Amino acid sequence: MIIRKTFFGDVHRNRRWALFAAYFFLTLFIIFFLFPPFYMLITSLKTNEEISSMKGFPFIIQQGITLSHYKKLLTETPFPTFFKNTVIVTFFSVLVSMAISILAAYALARMRFWGSGVLATGVFLTYLVPETLLFIPLFKVIGGLGLLNSKWSLVLVFPTLAVPFCTWIMIGYFASIPKELDEAAVIDGANWYQMLFQIFIPVAMPGIIAATIFAFTISWANFLYPLAFLYSNEELVLTVGTVSTLIRGDVMHWGGLMAGALLAASPPVILYAFLMDYYISGLTAGAVKN
Amino acid sequence: MNEQAVQGQTARLGSEPKTVDDSSRFKMLFRRKSTLAFLLCVPLLILVFGLIVYPFFYSIFLSLLNKKETRFVGLANYLFLFKRDTFWMVVRQSVLFTFTAVFFKALIGFIMAHLIDYLPENRQRLWRGLALIAWVMPPALSTLGWWWLFEPSYSAINWILDGLFGITIPWLSETFWARFSVITVNIWFGTSFFLIMYLAGLKSVPQDLYEAADIDGANAWQKLIHITLPMMRNIIAITTLFSTIVTFANFDIVRVLTGGGPTNTTHLFGTYSFLKGIQGGDIPLGACVSLFMFPILAVLAFFILRNVRQRVREI
Repeated sequence: MIIRKTFFGDVHRNRRWALFAAYFFLTLFIIFFLFPPFYMLITSLKTNEEISSMKGFPFIIQQGITLSHYKKLLTETPFPTFFKNTVIVTFFSVLVSMAISILAAYALARMRFWGSGVLATGVFLTYLVPETLLFIPLFKVIGGLGLLNSKWSLVLVFPTLAVPFCTWIMIGYFASIPKELDEAAVIDGANWYQMLFQIFIPVAMPGIIAATIFAFTISWANFLYPLAFLYSNEELVLTVGTVSTLIRGDVMHWGGLMAGALLAASPPVILYAFLMDYYISGLTAGAVKN
Repeated sequence: MNEQAVQGQTARLGSEPKTVDDSSRFKMLFRRKSTLAFLLCVPLLILVFGLIVYPFFYSIFLSLLNKKETRFVGLANYLFLFKRDTFWMVVRQSVLFTFTAVFFKALIGFIMAHLIDYLPENRQRLWRGLALIAWVMPPALSTLGWWWLFEPSYSAINWILDGLFGITIPWLSETFWARFSVITVNIWFGTSFFLIMYLAGLKSVPQDLYEAADIDGANAWQKLIHITLPMMRNIIAITTLFSTIVTFANFDIVRVLTGGGPTNTTHLFGTYSFLKGIQGGDIPLGACVSLFMFPILAVLAFFILRNVRQRVREI
């Protein structure tokens, strides 16, 4: 008995030490991950004098917090226009992407037609096509449509990035709905859109939320397409606007730049804070299931 | 999963006793079903063919034209690139960037997933959430923060190094350090993707395997080698392959941090193609540069697809 007791005591002590070590190393990693956003926040709240002085510890605010960078950003720069454009582009891109993927996923998960298997695989393959491979021909296509320097060009091209993944995970969610449900609905006389809107969409809501977040993030964060297609301040979106317009001062306005970058990045971050679990389950569903 | 064949479904349903009215409604619905299914996929087909497949072939066509796009020049653009040292440097840098970044992302992600998995269940969400912030911020914007950290005259990192060791490093103006910087930022941005995937993978390993190993007296290392890694082989493979594609095709980080400099030494295919095609106005040459990514992407896609198919068969 005594031997058993000490054995378990050791296990407990080991476990406590291991837990301590786990927290210690995790803290080191998290410092690495949170350091840039933290420093951006600190910089955006410092006065210009404090930013440009090399004296003192740079990671704390010593000369008082100022909101002047944010105020200036919202009143004296085209930042509000960028924000409005990003909201418009993201809203319509998400709407278009979700409409296309839900309809297609519904058909591919439940019905068979000539070539449907090939199409499902093809959709997955298009997910692997990166934007850097297609931006040059798309530049010509957008130019041919007369949409260069129009934010609506982005509503056209962003779905190409979102739809393949959204369709792919929606197929998974729809396919996991028991067939008995639609059989019952058909017996009750439901047609295809009643089945879609009253059974499939409500039941697969977690999947739809995950897909929507994905489409939102893709549209909000994309940098290459607006950089290639847009150039005037009235049409620019947040990513490119912040990087190109706010940098082009005579002097580097680091405070304003960091304030802009943080404000522009905050909507996706806030969204994830609330809906992270949906997104992660959607992301890992395809890879982990079974 | 049970079979999806519509015919099977109708046959099974048809055999059940029900009124004549119901079964004829059924047959009508299912007879039209394949037409309907095709119609529901039409928007997807338009998108995929109009804005992915057609541009791809258009890109090949463009790459065969001269700079003004007036004359067909065959493979002249490709041959021109082959003779350029800068192009070969882009190739080497893309490979170096991809392998180094993916290796460290996979390694750090794996270690962090294990550490978080070791914590009590109710603490895991918080730590995972903190680690994810880097991945959630749009990379073009978070790279601005890194740029500020690396900034030559006010660099906060140099401030620390100067205080501790009395040295400063020209982060973005010397080839070695510029390459180091873009890779570091990519690792910073992409590790969380591995972390999420591995964490989900770890949760899917049956606990009784570890309990059995405990009874056999296995140590932590043996459990890792003989249980965790084999059980997670599939997820490690697919996450690594997928991340390799995304890293290889990276654009935002290099574009914002170094713009390809100093003297083109940090360019990847994406940024070099942008420089030549959009900024330089030589659309055919830009298309040509980006098309060089295709063979490598195709090989990676082949392995991913094989992996996904295997899993579908296992279901």
